[in-house]
Amino acid sequence: MALLEVNNLHTHFFTRNGIIKAVDGISFSIEKGEILGIVGESGAGKSITGFSMLGLIDQPGKIVSGEIIFNGVDLVKKSEKELQKIRGNEIAMIFQDPQTSLNPVISIGDQLMEAILYHNKKASKKDAYNASVDILKLVGLPAAEKRMKSYPHQLSGGMKQRVVIAMALLNNPKLLVADEPTTALDVTIQAQILYLMKKLSKDFDSSLILITHDIAVVSQLCDKIAVMYAGRIVEYGKKEDIIFNPKHPYTKGLIECLPKLNDDKERLYQIPGIMPSLLSLPEGCYFKDRCEFADKECDVYPDQQDIEGRRIFCHKVK
Amino acid sequence: MKLFKNKILIEYFEDKLAAAGLIVFLILAIFAIAPSLFSYQNPYDLMQLYLENSFQAPNANFWLGTDEQGRDIFSAIMYGLRVSLYVGFASTILSVIIGFTLGLISGYYGGWIDTIIMRIADIQLSFPAILIALIIMALWGAGVGKIIIAITIVNWVYYARTARGVVLSEKEKDYAQSAKALGMSNFSIIFKEIMPNTTAPIIVIATVRIAVAIILEATLSFLGLGVPITEPSLGSLISNGYQVLFSGYWWTSVFPGIVLMILIISINLIGDRTRDIMNPRLKR
Amino acid sequence: MSQSEVKLLEVKNVEKIFSVKVGTFEKKDLHALNKVSFDIFKGKTLSLVGESGCGKTTIGKVILGLYKATNGSVMFQDKDIAQLSPIKRGSIQSDVQMIFQDPYSSLNPRKKIKIILEQPLKIHTKMNKKERLETILSLCDDVGIDHTYLERYPHQFSGGQRQRIAIARAMVLKPKLILADEPISALDVSIQAQILNLMMDLREKYKMTMLFITHDISVVKHLSDYVAVMYLGEIVEYASKKDLFKSPQHPYTKMLFSTVPDIHTPLMTDSVLKTGEIQSPIDLPTGCFFANRCPYKDSSCDDKHPDLISIGDNHLARCPKIGQF
Repeated sequence: MALLEVNNLHTHFFTRNGIIKAVDGISFSIEKGEILGIVGESGAGKSITGFSMLGLIDQPGKIVSGEIIFNGVDLVKKSEKELQKIRGNEIAMIFQDPQTSLNPVISIGDQLMEAILYHNKKASKKDAYNASVDILKLVGLPAAEKRMKSYPHQLSGGMKQRVVIAMALLNNPKLLVADEPTTALDVTIQAQILYLMKKLSKDFDSSLILITHDIAVVSQLCDKIAVMYAGRIVEYGKKEDIIFNPKHPYTKGLIECLPKLNDDKERLYQIPGIMPSLLSLPEGCYFKDRCEFADKECDVYPDQQDIEGRRIFCHKVK
Repeated sequence: MKLFKNKILIEYFEDKLAAAGLIVFLILAIFAIAPSLFSYQNPYDLMQLYLENSFQAPNANFWLGTDEQGRDIFSAIMYGLRVSLYVGFASTILSVIIGFTLGLISGYYGGWIDTIIMRIADIQLSFPAILIALIIMALWGAGVGKIIIAITIVNWVYYARTARGVVLSEKEKDYAQSAKALGMSNFSIIFKEIMPNTTAPIIVIATVRIAVAIILEATLSFLGLGVPITEPSLGSLISNGYQVLFSGYWWTSVFPGIVLMILIISINLIGDRTRDIMNPRLKR
Repeated sequence: MSQSEVKLLEVKNVEKIFSVKVGTFEKKDLHALNKVSFDIFKGKTLSLVGESGCGKTTIGKVILGLYKATNGSVMFQDKDIAQLSPIKRGSIQSDVQMIFQDPYSSLNPRKKIKIILEQPLKIHTKMNKKERLETILSLCDDVGIDHTYLERYPHQFSGGQRQRIAIARAMVLKPKLILADEPISALDVSIQAQILNLMMDLREKYKMTMLFITHDISVVKHLSDYVAVMYLGEIVEYASKKDLFKSPQHPYTKMLFSTVPDIHTPLMTDSVLKTGEIQSPIDLPTGCFFANRCPYKDSSCDDKHPDLISIGDNHLARCPKIGQF
């Protein structure tokens, strides 16, 4: 049985200007120890998908229908109080901006220890201290003991993100949701953090959902990939299949438009246009206005096709 | 139903209590703007006062009773509202102009200009507002213009500090930097680029501070240091009635007091709602 | 350097020292720029590459006039502008324009797009209203902004569209030099390609001279003629784009190349964890600044600060041991 199974999840936002279907019927699953990448442009609903996993959807948003089955129980049906026990304990989240995910006026050590003591009432202060130092060493923070007394502003962006990862790993979560964990970082530091996350996921045998706009990042880390567009998954399958043999025109475009070090082409491939607003989605396939293969057939939203172990939504793929 | 086209107004009226506050305030404001339309007499025209009407309890002729000179309390309240609101608004507008400008300059230039302006503000804040106003009024004597200036001197600090805080973060933003790089003068950058982005918090504070200004004026008038006897505000009405309150003529003091309270509550309701709407963090 | 190349801007030994507070009373010098020198040639693009904190944005702001250089000179049109604020530079300033990194903060949220684009023209030209509008409209076609957008406010646009507007603002005066400070790093990868292509088209069309500042060496290839790699306030390698991409020499440049995520190469091994982080620009070491992260470091690296030396045709590197590892 999969660790996490999401079935036909709908998360909608009921705003003044209309209903925003930020997540509109997506399904995926993750096995134990597996890494899933969710790729898409900003506004595609990937972060909302991540927040839904943790039940972090606030007014005016709401999970309208669907199931999130984690370890055999449906999280959608759980109360806020029950979710609080799971959050940060069995499912943890890493946010994009390490700056805002740490409390600026509490030292790193105190923040880590508090997180341990919150979920583990029996632990002594000394145990919590030792565990905190251990975890900081694990994420590769130099001079871990000294850093326990540091405040977030005394650390660089990369070091802060390491602390955030340490904090997420504290209670050995079974599932980690990372929302653009490296977007705010330099390329050199990004490589370090990505490597760290892959290694830790293996060592802890925990599953990871990596949310990002950069398909190159996803390709380096993930076992499975879900490509999201305007609130829906358009292609979903094993990493090798999707990266080396993309079938959906949008996935193809995402891979094609990456800058490459080893060819001589000056101009980059570009996907024309921008993603439509979730408030004024076109009839039929949402991608048709940007798609070079679109024709009359695309005026109807494509049905799911299962081709060679991948799931795809496109009329033009047969 | 689309009563209002303005989005902000639609949002405002979603809170029923705030809507009630605004309606009550507008009614009071109408009374204040044109009291003669509603009042039985002009309470400060001695020709219209009859001593035989003095100290009448509330009745069909005088809804809220009369005072010792036979003055209709209902009419006096409406004329008093006018003075109170005038002082409140005039002093707030003046303190916004002065405080906002000084705050913008202080935050933008920094350095010794900032030090001077902000130290003056700090010193002033370390004294109770009422004390400063009392001293000023004691030195100058009563008068509507003088009390407006006194309240302005007390209140500009709040706008200056807020404006300065916002400017400190806005001036580092790229749009301000790009304006500077274009070769715009500091004056243009402050007033044309940065200022429009700092108005929201100033408006929010102003709506709340109007109530404070009105209370301050009422307090000073109650203490006999506010507006002159010839132009009584709500505060001086309360003060007048207070002298005979324990002789059984409770209506002379209690009714102006209730109106003052309703006025302040309605303004505070409006202020709270304005803050909710304008604060992007609370907004969804 | 070939004969056809004309210097447009000459940066010479520019230093920038900030005074920062450490602790309550003590102040220390932060060396943001250490004797930086480079030339920008007419019609060519120079890319400055480096991690955050390497001083690449600072040099851009010195050229633009937002910072005054502590030492050194910036020659532009036979005038040293290193010490002049934008307003003192007068008409020269209209020839240097900048595209900022964050399109969400670089456009004034309270101004319509039309006003934002019109403003530079109002300040630096004598055009009348009609001429201004014509200029703006033709530029809108160049950068791909619909004419109907002009009456809207910045918050109504996505990041990519805003960056197009920001590019249009930088272009509206037809400046001789454009400074682009990480113009694509705040955007989605799919939009990055659009903006990069747009900048290439504009460069072609207007024969633009550009200083392109970025932390991502993979995008440099698409938009440069020369590349300078910066580390802790100094240039560690300088070469033409072709040479640099063919054979990067400095260990830091090599590290930059090796950390670019690529779909065809798997994530690197443990060695990547040892690449460490840039150190603080306060209290710089006496030896090589990069020594603490360098895989080829030996004891001599801590003794003397290396100079920028020539290692080939117009190819400079700040490492005495190039070729030995």
